Amino acid sequence: MSNVELLLIVVGMFLVTYGIRVTLFVGANRAEMPEWLDKALKFVPVSVLTAIIAPMALTNDNGLAVSLLNPWFVGALAALITGLVFKRQLLTISIGVVVFFLMKMVTGN
Amino acid sequence: MNSFQNAQRGALASIPMIIGGIPFGLLFGSLAAANDLSIWFAVAMSSIVFAGSAQFVALGLIAADAPLWVIILTTFVVNLRHILYAADLLRYVRHLPLKLRLLMGFGLIDETYAAVRPMYDMGSADKSNGHQVYIGSFLSFYLMWNITTIMGVLAGEFIPGLSEWGLEFAMVATFIGIVTPYLKSTPYWGAFAVAVVCSVVFRDMPNQMGLIVATLLAVATGYLLDTKASNKKAKEPARV
Repeated sequence: MSNVELLLIVVGMFLVTYGIRVTLFVGANRAEMPEWLDKALKFVPVSVLTAIIAPMALTNDNGLAVSLLNPWFVGALAALITGLVFKRQLLTISIGVVVFFLMKMVTGN
Repeated sequence: MNSFQNAQRGALASIPMIIGGIPFGLLFGSLAAANDLSIWFAVAMSSIVFAGSAQFVALGLIAADAPLWVIILTTFVVNLRHILYAADLLRYVRHLPLKLRLLMGFGLIDETYAAVRPMYDMGSADKSNGHQVYIGSFLSFYLMWNITTIMGVLAGEFIPGLSEWGLEFAMVATFIGIVTPYLKSTPYWGAFAVAVVCSVVFRDMPNQMGLIVATLLAVATGYLLDTKASNKKAKEPARV
């Protein structure tokens, strides 16, 4: 690819990426959010963050990997239980990561 | 607390995700180099476009000689979820001057949304200092992303076995740490369950459309359960 083409890729990608991110922010002072939308949006954090990580924790290249031999699954499960019981973020992360790496060492996966 | 301390809190809250992002930054730089793309292109992507997953998709499309419009359209689709983040954050940014909103729009990435958005709910950020926390989070991530991109390019080729280290698990654990405090009522559990099932079922859809579909279905589920619960409450006779 020529340098001009690469430059156009950077510029084009920047325009759509920044456009998506900033458009609503630009009109934020004027925009009126309908009440139903406001109520729906509070479910965005849980929904999107879960949807990002669930496939990482529950699947591998071969498909579903819900197995006690899968460090990703076991680590995520440990973090989930810790989070639900103690509701302390740092503890949740630490336990999840420790369990994950222990499982990786034990299973050699 | 002054603005620097608030920015520091944002950076601190982002540390697990910054660690989780390191392999991706290195991988992006080394893949760019492996595809014979110049260091300037890699750095321009990370510093100007600043969109993790879209950058990887673009590398693949460039390698496949895809035309420009396909690359740009794909970028659009991959980044669509950011509209949801922006809509959700509107209530916390609408009072800020335009200049700040323009800057915050540039830094609206998964990690900063994940780190900062719950802080508004938990009371550790509010309308007066939230933007400082936000900027601290995104600048620290931005710094890591660009440094690791350069390191990846300079390392020249694929760093052996990097994708098998499992550093990305830090992101999984962090997101779980963010999500669990929300799981206190049926609507949130419903959204969580639908997100888990649908993201796994739809994971093979192209361009992360599965992520977007799963998110929308989960949000709709949460909203419907919530509406149902409040209707029920409204119908119950008032206890005086």
